[in-house]
Amino acid sequence: MWEYTDKVKDHFLNPRNVGEIDKPSGVGEVGSLACGDALTFYFKLGEDGRIAEAKFKTFGCASAIASSSALTEMVLGKTLEEAAKITNEDLAEYLGGLPKEKMHCSVMGREALEAAIANYSGLPLPMAQGEVVCECFGVTDLEIRRAIQESNLRTVEEVTNFTKAGGGCGNCHERIEELIREVRRESRVEEAARLRPKRLTTIQKIKMIEDVLEREIRPALRKDGGDIELIDVDGNFVLVSLRGACVSCAASQATLKEYVEKKLREQVLDTLVVEEDKP
Amino acid sequence: MSGNGAVVYMDNNATTRVAPEVLAAMLPYFGELYGNPSSMHTFGGQVGRVVRQAREQVAALLGAHAEELIFTSCGTESDSTAILSAIQANPTKRHIVTTRVEHPAVKNLCENLDKLTGHKHKITQLPVDRDGMLDLDRYEESLTEETAIVSVMWANNETGVIFPIAEMAAIARSRGILFHTDAVQAVGKIPIDLGQVPVDFLSISGHKLHAPKGIGVLYVRRGTPFAPFLIGGHQEKGRRGGTENVSAIIGLGKACELAAVHLEEENSRVRRLRDKLEEGLLATIPHAMRNGHKIARLPNTTNVSFEYVEGEAILLHLDRFGICASSGSACTSGSLEPSHVLRAMGVPFTAAHGSIRFSLSIYNTEAEVDFVLEKLPGIIAKLREMSPFWKGRHSGQTGSSQCKCSCSS
Repeated sequence: MWEYTDKVKDHFLNPRNVGEIDKPSGVGEVGSLACGDALTFYFKLGEDGRIAEAKFKTFGCASAIASSSALTEMVLGKTLEEAAKITNEDLAEYLGGLPKEKMHCSVMGREALEAAIANYSGLPLPMAQGEVVCECFGVTDLEIRRAIQESNLRTVEEVTNFTKAGGGCGNCHERIEELIREVRRESRVEEAARLRPKRLTTIQKIKMIEDVLEREIRPALRKDGGDIELIDVDGNFVLVSLRGACVSCAASQATLKEYVEKKLREQVLDTLVVEEDKP
Repeated sequence: MSGNGAVVYMDNNATTRVAPEVLAAMLPYFGELYGNPSSMHTFGGQVGRVVRQAREQVAALLGAHAEELIFTSCGTESDSTAILSAIQANPTKRHIVTTRVEHPAVKNLCENLDKLTGHKHKITQLPVDRDGMLDLDRYEESLTEETAIVSVMWANNETGVIFPIAEMAAIARSRGILFHTDAVQAVGKIPIDLGQVPVDFLSISGHKLHAPKGIGVLYVRRGTPFAPFLIGGHQEKGRRGGTENVSAIIGLGKACELAAVHLEEENSRVRRLRDKLEEGLLATIPHAMRNGHKIARLPNTTNVSFEYVEGEAILLHLDRFGICASSGSACTSGSLEPSHVLRAMGVPFTAAHGSIRFSLSIYNTEAEVDFVLEKLPGIIAKLREMSPFWKGRHSGQTGSSQCKCSCSS
């Protein structure tokens, strides 16, 4: 017998917001009959851009029903940006915790929410784009990577508890182990980056900035026919010059701040300010 | 969720209540009669006498000889002992025939024999049809010169379906192959006469027939080659080391005596209650179906699927009313796929996840059956109201199929 919290039992026995919405702003469907649980999530935005109504229909066990019910309560009154920040851990926490074997129920709630938001904005669902790792339950590497990262998962069993991946024939266990190793290696690199001394000499800064430009930023800009050149580094000010298609691109300032500056702050120094060197 | 209030216990294939007569027979052996049956003194010796009597009581229920019985700790130990013993007796034969619907005690053992014995074993797991029945021609074809043992359950724990053990054992015998049957669910529910059924090994579990947990029996036919599993003292004529679980053995003896008395009631009154429950559920709840052969079945078991709803959710709603049952859904087992028995039978996914097993005993009453019939339709309706597939069904849709389970293979 599962040990469910009183809150899970309450949301299972008295689920909130069961039903459908006529002409919803967004609908998200995840799971299937074969998988043993499925959730359809509906929301409607109010005139203020906040979620005015949320409903669900769920086929599944007690924790699947409780997670769906909790989700509809949690998103009410939120903007889509705010709602998109809800993680499966938030959902589980709202319910006072879920048995570890049932964490995938909260993941399903979050995925339905993402699907509904993608349905509203007309964007493709990023998680569905990856390579399918678990054929039995149709789970992609992107979903698995995210679960490993966010919930700090270490074993195949934990990945199965959170995503269902690997819970069927077991053929993908090796691939999941690989993903665990990869993600954990990446996060160690990030950790090392965080711990890097924050006082850098100008020469160190220039080297590191050039490195990030070469490795990440230029390849991305070149895809759109643009390019970037480092002109000078003065204290925290990084002077760059945009080239190619970037020169005439209306979004170039946004690219500079949202992308180039963000990347450099993440990987070099979080006090850097990127400015365009205008002749 | 319910406390210890009124419990409607319909999960007797999981475990049974210890019969009051059984408990009464056991109690003195927890108290003043604590002697070791192997002792030379009168104080221990008197206990040894009662253990012998219990062995006779078990033998009587099975139509066996007392010395053909080995007391073990549980059905699983009996299964392991029988199969590993047969493998040791036939060290050059590396083939085992079993079924796809065995209890994990046999299924997982067979699937992991390589690790245990260090040898590669070929395992034939016979398929079952939609009713959960075996094809005897296929069984016969599967037997080879290499076959060390056949292990086939007498009755299935999930569906109650009964296999033709007498016929199958006779076929194995005619080919000189050892035959084991896991009769944990059958003993006490249907008549068994080992004088007529030529099995070599048979497993029993005490707590499935109103004896306590922690006691099992392995029947080993006279003359069958045997290698012990637990090696130690001379107990059980050197066939199973370890001091006897005296009180449980005495309880099992009493339970077997009672089972013989109650066999008639089990196959008449209990069967009628089961039929009333099953027919009532199928008649009042749309999109419900029976899993398992209607006739070749234990009298106490019914397994019914309710499409488009999930088993654990049903069980937890039943639990609020104190009704105890089980489910073959994935969520109740902690695994992610529904019962291997229902999958082997080809029960569609729309139904496998929503399967519920009720298993009755002589302690159930008609009022309890009526109570379940009163409560369950409302629970199913409520859950269907909540299910995204229920409405879709009317438009011929069965939900997205992006999840292509390998389970049906």
